[in-house]
Amino acid sequence: MAKTLYDKLWDDHLVAENSDGSALIYIDRQLLHEVTSPQAFEGLKIAGRQPRRLEANLATPDHNVPTTNKEREQGIDGIEDPISLIQVKTLDENCDEFGVTQFNIDDIRQGIVHVVGPEQGYTLPGLTMVCGDSHTATHGAFGAMAFGVGTSEVEHVLATQCLRQKKMKNMLVKVDGKLGYGVTAKDVVLAVIGEIGTAGGNGHAIEFAGTAIESLSMEGRMTICNMAIEAGARVGLVAVDDKTIEYVKGRPFAPQGEHWDLAVKAWNDLHSDADAHFDTVVELKAEDIAPQVTWGTSPEMVKPVTGTIPNPAHEDNPVKKEGIERALEYMDLKADSAISSIPVDKVFIGSCTNSRIEDMREAAEVAKGRKVAASVKLAMVVPGSGLVKEQAEAEGLDKIFVDAGFEWREPGCSMCLAMNADRLESGEHCASTSNRNFEGRQGQGGRTHLVSPAMAAAAAVYGHFTDVRDIEISRLSSTENGGDA
Amino acid sequence: MDAFTQHKGLVVPLDRANVDTDAIIPKQFLKSIKRSGFGPNLFDEWRYMDHGEPGVDNSKRPLNPDFVLNFPRYEGASVLLARENFGCGSSREHAPWALEDYGFKAVIAPSYADIFFNNCFKNGILPIVLDNQTMDVLFAEAESQEGYQLSIDLDSQTITRPNGETISFDVEPDRKHCLYNGLDDIGITLQQEASITEYETARKQRAPWLFN
Repeated sequence: MAKTLYDKLWDDHLVAENSDGSALIYIDRQLLHEVTSPQAFEGLKIAGRQPRRLEANLATPDHNVPTTNKEREQGIDGIEDPISLIQVKTLDENCDEFGVTQFNIDDIRQGIVHVVGPEQGYTLPGLTMVCGDSHTATHGAFGAMAFGVGTSEVEHVLATQCLRQKKMKNMLVKVDGKLGYGVTAKDVVLAVIGEIGTAGGNGHAIEFAGTAIESLSMEGRMTICNMAIEAGARVGLVAVDDKTIEYVKGRPFAPQGEHWDLAVKAWNDLHSDADAHFDTVVELKAEDIAPQVTWGTSPEMVKPVTGTIPNPAHEDNPVKKEGIERALEYMDLKADSAISSIPVDKVFIGSCTNSRIEDMREAAEVAKGRKVAASVKLAMVVPGSGLVKEQAEAEGLDKIFVDAGFEWREPGCSMCLAMNADRLESGEHCASTSNRNFEGRQGQGGRTHLVSPAMAAAAAVYGHFTDVRDIEISRLSSTENGGDA
Repeated sequence: MDAFTQHKGLVVPLDRANVDTDAIIPKQFLKSIKRSGFGPNLFDEWRYMDHGEPGVDNSKRPLNPDFVLNFPRYEGASVLLARENFGCGSSREHAPWALEDYGFKAVIAPSYADIFFNNCFKNGILPIVLDNQTMDVLFAEAESQEGYQLSIDLDSQTITRPNGETISFDVEPDRKHCLYNGLDDIGITLQQEASITEYETARKQRAPWLFN
């Protein structure tokens, strides 16, 4: 029978099936960070259990770590918030006690789990992978079944290397055509979420396919899969192709020699069969997608930069109508006004969605030779890992940002969720390359607008949202993160 | 985990769609390394007028009188009514921990985000799915009738309204069994140890690059 990529991954990891449709699924690898693991390690200790396979776990602190150079220079002792310090220390202690490999705060390989996994080749095609973080869908860009779990399941995987799961439905999101100049992977995924809604993918694994997805780099595909959860899907997937294999090759944890050849042979089958059945199919034309900006408090509240803010009077569904009214009030925006008229107080370029080297380049191409607008209080660039930071600095991107008036920070999750000191003040509007624009997400009362790195850099320079297609972009190097940009 | 068999409790209507886990428990409280104590900060940004931080005495903070959980008539509520896609956003299990710590035993909504839904069952909370039409009836009743209580029976999968009418709901057998008996998931999985080892041996042959 013809199978989807998700069907193949599911079948390949099936340990046991129960009569009620639930199943025991094998989990190949797990990523751990300081926020959702302490209670899991504590659970193991209380029950007197040990991790089943140590090498199947890799840890790094990311959510809570400070990103200022001043705090980071002093390593773990530089963490000024005493409660954050305890949490990061607890990860150190747990990894030491149980023998889990960790890239600690001083390690150049430290960074956001979803940047570190692929960068190290720890993320591989064909894996099942979990992490106590909903953006684990990111790793699906490699044709891996990767999804976020709660802390109880983190503990479950540590103890058993398995999870009790029910198979999800299959959804295909097909984007065919050629992305326009200045239109990036971020714009594609925001447009998809705008189309199907934040609950559109609930209960589904989404496979992203079509010529526009195929043309994206691996980093672009990671951006897309990362936000599958913002469409409600725990799992996002892209089929394996030559780009996938080329990206993985030679990375520290990637297979080598004889194992490499065996692996590549297996990975070449990681695509949906031609006549595989999908429960839901959504199609978008790449040419119809413009740079996107979210205006509200849910990622589905998104419009092209050329558009206007919706008017609740035109919405028939009472729950949706109330949602729009509430969002407009929270965001302090007027119905029917232009998206480009929204002023920006702060700019955040980073997060597991957009903090990889291509994202840094994309933003730097806009920032180069320009200055952050005087009305912008803070524009910050937070690379996703120590290695991304090192690479960016080798390319001189840090200098471009600093010359333009951006702050160049140390790696971490930072203002995506504002667990550390990087946050919005009440009422501030932020152009952010992160993934969630919920109320209070970036700081209580803060107003988040999700955009691509290029659009965030443009907003920093002009002080309001600006169509990146209308401005001249400095070529730094060849980037493949979007159409021609 | 506490077992859930039957529960009768006061119902509070939270009439909002897409309530996300950042709203249920804001990020600053995720710095805790414990599983308990999140209840006072449930819906923190909606519940209080000021900014909450861990370690602050919540009993001295100004309450938002317009937030439904603060209405005196809903004090002691243990059943939460919500709208579509409740619990969307992050995977933080702190969200059900906060609901449980506050005293909620059940949530009733037309739909949930997948990870949150799953996390509820790990923490003795029953998330019930009902259609929008039935939800509208429950919302109207909870808003108009002071002291409105619902009786939930997991075994028969029914909710009994104050007028005696019952509503049935679905729950997956495996989840029901664990919740009803308050079972430790890990313990159950470890009963399949032989199957796991057998799978691992086969996996090692098929994908030797994943094993050191």
